Parts: sequence; structure tokens; C-alpha cells
Amino acid sequence: MEPTPYYYLAVSAAMFGIGIIGVLTRKNAIVVFMCVELMLNAVNLSLVTFSRMSGTADGSMFVFFVMCVAAAEAVVGLAIVIAMFRNRQDIDINNFNIFKW
Amino acid sequence: MENLYSLILLLPFLGATVIGLGGFVSPGFRKNEAGIGALATLMVLVPFFLVAYAFLNYHGPIDFGLFGSDPKSLQWMSGGKLDIYFGYRLDELSLTMALIVTGVGSLIHLYSISYMHGDRGFYKFFLYLNLFIFAMLNLVLGNNLVVLFLGWEGVGACSYFLIGFWYEDMEKAKAAQKAFVANRIGDFAMICAMMILYTSLGTLTISGDNSILSNLHLLDGTAAWLVPLLLFLAATGKSAQIPLYVWLPDAMAGPTPVSALIHAATMVTSGIYLIARMGGAYLTPEAESIRLIVAIGGAATAVMAAMIAVAQNDIKKVLAYSTVSQLGFMFMALGAGAFTTAIFHVMTHAFFKACLFLGSGSVIHAMHHMHSVKDPQDIRTMGNLKKYMPSTHMTFFISTLAIAGIPGLAGFFSKDEILTMAFMNGMNGSYAYYLVWGVGMLTALMTAFYMTRVYFLTFRGSERFPMEHGKGHHDHGHDDHGHDHHGHDGHGHSHTPHESPALMTIPLWILAGLAIVGGYLGLPGLIPHAHALNNWLGGHDGHGGTIDMTHYHRLEETAHHHMAVEVGLILLSIGIAVGGVLFAWRLYSKHGLKGDEMVKNRLGKFYTHMSNKFYVDELYQKIIIDPFVFLGRNVVMAFDKWVLDGAVNGLGNLVLFLGDTLKLLQTGLVSQYALMVVLGVVAILTYLIVA
Amino acid sequence: MELQSSLFWLFAVLGLAGGIGLLLNRNPIYAALSLIVNFFSLAGLYLSLQAEFLAIIQVLVYAGAIMVLFLFVIMLLNLKSEDKSDFTPTRILAFLLGIAFVAEMLMVFRGVTSSTESSFLQGEFAFGQVEQVGMELMTRYIFPFEMISVVLIAALVGAIVVAKKYNYENRNTNEESNS
Repeated sequence: MEPTPYYYLAVSAAMFGIGIIGVLTRKNAIVVFMCVELMLNAVNLSLVTFSRMSGTADGSMFVFFVMCVAAAEAVVGLAIVIAMFRNRQDIDINNFNIFKW
Repeated sequence: MENLYSLILLLPFLGATVIGLGGFVSPGFRKNEAGIGALATLMVLVPFFLVAYAFLNYHGPIDFGLFGSDPKSLQWMSGGKLDIYFGYRLDELSLTMALIVTGVGSLIHLYSISYMHGDRGFYKFFLYLNLFIFAMLNLVLGNNLVVLFLGWEGVGACSYFLIGFWYEDMEKAKAAQKAFVANRIGDFAMICAMMILYTSLGTLTISGDNSILSNLHLLDGTAAWLVPLLLFLAATGKSAQIPLYVWLPDAMAGPTPVSALIHAATMVTSGIYLIARMGGAYLTPEAESIRLIVAIGGAATAVMAAMIAVAQNDIKKVLAYSTVSQLGFMFMALGAGAFTTAIFHVMTHAFFKACLFLGSGSVIHAMHHMHSVKDPQDIRTMGNLKKYMPSTHMTFFISTLAIAGIPGLAGFFSKDEILTMAFMNGMNGSYAYYLVWGVGMLTALMTAFYMTRVYFLTFRGSERFPMEHGKGHHDHGHDDHGHDHHGHDGHGHSHTPHESPALMTIPLWILAGLAIVGGYLGLPGLIPHAHALNNWLGGHDGHGGTIDMTHYHRLEETAHHHMAVEVGLILLSIGIAVGGVLFAWRLYSKHGLKGDEMVKNRLGKFYTHMSNKFYVDELYQKIIIDPFVFLGRNVVMAFDKWVLDGAVNGLGNLVLFLGDTLKLLQTGLVSQYALMVVLGVVAILTYLIVA
Repeated sequence: MELQSSLFWLFAVLGLAGGIGLLLNRNPIYAALSLIVNFFSLAGLYLSLQAEFLAIIQVLVYAGAIMVLFLFVIMLLNLKSEDKSDFTPTRILAFLLGIAFVAEMLMVFRGVTSSTESSFLQGEFAFGQVEQVGMELMTRYIFPFEMISVVLIAALVGAIVVAKKYNYENRNTNEESNS
């Protein structure tokens, strides 16, 4: 079967869903980050698909910028994780709950 | 000149404002007694001259407003078809009342400068006095019932302020509250009457075109008797008749000038003024039974108060009950349809009663300065003050004779006319008025008796006040005299009474003089057309006059047809007055204080009832006040505490509860927050897809 | 077309497998490696969509730089495997939400793409080549291009500041900063 846009978008949706489940479920902070990256990539895929569907450049350009921002964000996030680890020797996100009531 | 009439009202109000603000702001102002006193007196004296000018140049009613000669200059309120302006009217009746108010008022202001000397609240006293004059003038000059009611309530409020002037004493504060509450009941009746009048007639203006008095024929059956009845009920509150008179004796807790001004000459006469003004409403055929009710009410009050006065030992209480009794006479006159006679008695009563009260103030002032006297108001510890206080004595004596009805003095003329007119009503067919007349005669006898008794025990006979000196400054209760520091440190303890200063005796003499000559304004009908007051108030030869004289003229006709009866009545009342005075004189000059014992023996148990004021206060306490307090405490307070407070507190508790519950959402776990976000997104997506 | 579609299926399944691997692996290193697999298959998908430039960038940046960074940090912090976790209500709810989300997005996409099935992969895609991307970047997207450099500098500075070791002895006190 020829891959129609729907297939690509379905893949993208599935990846996004997996990412969501990962973010909500996993304990390790770095793994949560990686799930967020997965979600970003899913969105990239759907953007490229749409760009291909409509034949314009906008989608692809958007993907370009998303990648750059994702890179920057990963850098800063990991720096924060390092700081977290230095503080408590532990990056289980369930233990960082000082902002509770 | 018409524009200046507004000053009659504005000046007392201005005086009150200036004194109030100045006293509130600056302690120096408060100490300036002469300044405050002079200002306050001037603010009443100038209106007196304005009113006198209007009186002398009178040629017809004048309408004016608060800011100039246009009665519509200041609008108070308007709604629908009702427009209330501060509109006033100078006509014969209101001029007469205004003369009394400002004239006697300025004399009492003068007296108070000396009487209240040294009191901590000196400026407050004059503030309230000026405010009272303003309110009273609103009452008598106002040309619509709402402005009149403003004055009506205003004098009630000022009465409250002034009775409770020394409010630190709980008893005095309670007396003030009692006065206010009793007045309030009457006010309610007045409001009902105003509402009925407005819905029936569409206007609340009293005189003039499209006014109540010109539209009285439009009142339908029920309103025609209900309005007079309600107005009478209102008057019983203000003018201390049965059933609402109980506040007046307690009101003696206020300073004596207050008793003189408010509870003798002016405020208590507002009820009579109201009925006289609305006299036309009482002359309709439907209102005939109401007139009888008024007369009987007045008679009953008069005789009951007189009986109580016989057994009282506090000089001011005797005068208070005497006032209630004399007011009863005025209501007898109103009930007999002789409105001008009632106003006549208002005038003469103002003169001699104010003189009596101010005189008693002078006596109390002197007694107070004698340290050994326990109660400066008790006549049992007075006696032979004639020797020490000649001016006070003579004026008091004159006024006593006047109130007793000795011919030649003012009281004789007015009281006699009341009794004659009552009798004439009887001769015209309403036989109940014979009873009214009889009760009036009995009351006149008792009046002569108890007034002579008070005079004698105070000013003549043996000296019963303790004459010791050197006992030191022991604390005597501040019944009536508000000296916080003794203003007479200069001559140490007084051990004899002394005459009061000139500022107090001059008003006494002026009032006594008026008590002598005032009666000649109303020479009896035996001498045709000589009744100056009737001619003035009722109109002369068919024009002028404010008061409806139709009924009165009918009574005069009857009197003329029965000349012998009229002469006989006059002689009888002279006999009663003279007899009463002589009897009391002999009794008390021979036996002194023991005369009371002899009276007590004669009357037995009844004397005890008289002395206990016939237990009316206790009755009211039991059947009215206690149930209300019970209701308030157990029903209303419970409602307030459980329902209202419960609702408000419940609302607060609800918020707290919600907060306590919702805060559990904030766990600090990022993954949970992310869960919430995703939940929300899914929910919105679902909504968008489904809807 | 057979090749195209079979390549699509290959890369799609591989990508999803990588994602699931990320989800289920308890060892963080294994999870990172699964993600790398996912990235490579995504690059393949881009290629099948004729977006060559993006495919290369995907491998270079994502798989080559970002994941390396992740692996560095994992190894720096010497993280151990997670323990076996239980099925709390939160996890079940999360799972359900994920499923619900996917289902809804599928519905949405179904509605969007029903009309363009025929001429999808025929014809040229102009913007997959470097020249076109470059042209777009320098003309229409010049402003975001410049802003991206600012973002990257900010990220650089931020990361250094956040991750720096805080020296308690040499820290700035109030007296020293007044000079």
C-alpha cells in the first residue's frame, strides 16, 4: 500500500502518544527529557508531512527552527539535571516536591 | 424684607453649626462661655425680632423658602407626583407660635448662660438648644407635613440629646431613651396619617392652594375619622397625654432650662399646634366622635396627672405632672372644637410654666450650693426661701397664682374659656362634654391645691434645710446641676441659700410680667369682640384668620343665649381657684410639712397609689417592654446569631473548606502537573471533536 | 512503489519500536540507545518524503549531538537502572490518556487528509534541497534565523551558569562587591 499522508501522520501521532506516556510515567529525569525529545520529533514529522502535502516551504523551515530550539533546550535542561544531582545525589522527579502545600 | 424671613430658620441652624464645629475643634472656644452664650442667644433673638416685625406688619399670609422668598427654592425630595420643598408660611397661627418659641426661647438661652456656668459640656448645651429652636421653627412654620415632620422628629431628637445631657449617669440616659421611644410611637401614627392624607388628597401641603386644608371635603368616610385619630395619637406622644405621657416626668433628669423650654413651653405644645392647624379635619361630621375622644383623653390625663402631682415631693416632678395636666386642658379645648382657646392656653401656659420651671431651677441652684442638703430638689428640705431669694419668690408666687386660675392673671382667662366652651358643647347636645367639664373643674381645684402646696413648702413656713457648715465637701449626687468643679470656691461652703445672679432673675421677671398681662389678649366673650386673640387667629369680620371658627362661633352663640350660665360658670371657677389656694394655704401654714400627713390620712390607700404614679410605668414594663425584650432576646437574637451569622460564617467556612480540599492538588510533583495538562488537552480535544 | 512503501513500513515500525524501547527500558543507557534508533528511522522517513536536508540535519544534530550529550550526562551521573515499578492509578490514567490522545489525533488527521491521497508523493518537493532551504532562510526567514543564534547563545550561557559548581569559599560577599 502506498503510504498516504495519513500513514505518516498516524506514525507521528503514535510517537507523540508514546512520548506522553513516557513523560507522565517515568521516574528518571533524564528519561523524561528524552521522551520530550521524542514528542518534539513526532511533531517534526507531521510538520514535514504537511509541508510536503501543500508543497510550501513553511513546514520544513519550521522543522529547522524546532530542531535548533530543541537542541538549546536539551542543553539547558541537562545543565539543570546536573545541578539537581549535585544537590541531592538523586534525580527521581518524585522526590523533588518541596512546592507542595 | 421678605427675603430676610429665611433667616428666622437659618440663624439658629447657623448658630448650632458654628458652636458645634468650634467646640469640637478648639478647646479655647469651649472655654469662652460668654461668647458661646451670647452667640446662641443672639441666634434666637434676631429671629424673634424678625417674627415680631412680620407680626406688626402683617397683612396676609406670606410663603417663603429656606433660601429666599420663593417657597420652592430648595427641593428636598421628589418622586412620582410628589414634590417636597422646604416651604414655610407665616400666617396668624404660625406667627403666634413662632413668637412664643423665639421669645421664650431667647429668655431661656439667657438664663442658661448663668445656669450652666462651669459645666464641661457648656458649648454642647447651646448647640443643642439652637438646634432645637431650628427644629421647632421648622415645625411651626413649615407649610407641608413633611417639613413639619422634620421639625417634629428634630425636636424629639433634640429632646433626647438634652434630657440625656449628663449621659454618664445611667438613669438620665435611660430617661432620654424613654422619651425618644415614646415619641417614636407617636411618630409612627403621624406617618400613617401622612400616608393616608397623601393617598386621599394627593398633596401634603398644609395651607394655600391645592393643600390639605382646602381639600378636606375630599376625604372619604374612613379617612375622615382615621386621620384625626392618628394625628391625635401622634400628639399624645409629643404632648404627653395618655397613653404616651410616661416620658415627661422622667425627662426632668435633664437640666432645668431644658425642662422649661422643651417640656413646658415649646415641644410639648407641638401636638396641640398640629391639631389646631389641622383643625378643619376635626370639624367634619365624621370626626365628631374623634373630638370627643380627644376631649375625654385630655380630661382623663389632666385629672390623673393632677392627682399624682399632689403626692410628689420633688419640685420638678410636681411641675412635670402639672405640665401634663395643663396639656390635658389644652386637649380638652381642642376636643371641644375651640382651637383658638387651646392656643391661648398654650401661650399663657408657656409664660407661667416656664417661669415656674426657671424659678425651680433657681431654687435648686441655691439648694445645691448648700453642702448639707442631700437632694436639692426635695421640697421637704426647703422652706422660707422667701427670705433669701426675693426675686425668685415673687415670680414663682405670681406664676403659681396664674396657674391656679386666680382672676386677673393669665391662667384664669385661658382656663376659664376652656371650661366654658366644654360646657357649651354639653349645652349644644353632646352631653358627654358635661363630664369633661366636671373633670376639668376637679382638676382645676387640685391644680390650685398642689401648686399652692409646692409654693408654700418651698418659700414659706419653717426652714427645713440643715444649717450646718464645716462638714467638708461631701459628694452629693448630680441630680440637676452639672457642676464638675464648684464654681463658688470663692466663698467656701454656703450655709444659707442665696439669690441667683441677674442673668437668671431677669428672665424670671419678664416671664412673670407676661403671666400677668398675657391673659388680657383673650377677654371673655361677655365683652363682645374684645377677644383679641380670637380675632387675630380666627379672622375678624369675615376675612383673615387661619383657624376654622365655625364650631367656636356656634358655641359662642349658645353662651350668649345663656348669659346667666356663662356668668355662673365664671364665678364657680373663680370660687374653685380661690378656694383651692386658700385651703392649701391654711393647711400648710398651720401644719407645715405635717399637712401632707393629714392629706394622707384622709385619702388612705389612695394616697399611696397617687404617690406611686398609679403604677403606670410598671404596667407598661410588664405588658409591653418585657415581652419585646423577651422576643428580641430569644427570637430575633437567635435568628441573628444562627441564621444570619451562620450564613456569613458558613460562607467563610465554605471557602476555607474548599481551600483545604483544593490545596491537596498541589503536590509539588511535576509529573502530576503534566498529567493535569494532558488531561485538560484531552478534554478540550474531546469537546472539539464531539461538539 | 513497492520499495517505497516497504521502506516506509520498515522505518515506521523501527521508529515506533525505538519509542517503545525508550518507554520500557529501565536502564537509562538502553533507553537512550532506543531513542537513537528512533531518530535514525525518522531520518529515513524524511528521506522517503524527499526532505533530504532535514534528514541529514536530523542525524547530525539529534542523533549526533543531542543524544551524545544525553549519554555523556547519564554516564557522568552514573545513573543506575530504575526499579520495577508498580501499576499505580496515576500510571494507568497516564496510559489511558496517552491512548485517548492518539485516538483523537487520528480522528483529526483522518478528517484533514481525506482529500489529498492521490498525488502525494508524485512530483518534486522543491524544498528538500539545500539551495532552496538556504534561499528561504536568507530571505523570508532571515529574522528567525538571527534570533536562533541569540537563543543558542542564551542557552550556552544559561547552561554554564546553571551547571557551574558553586564555590562556597570564594563566593561574592557584600564587602567585596563594593569595590
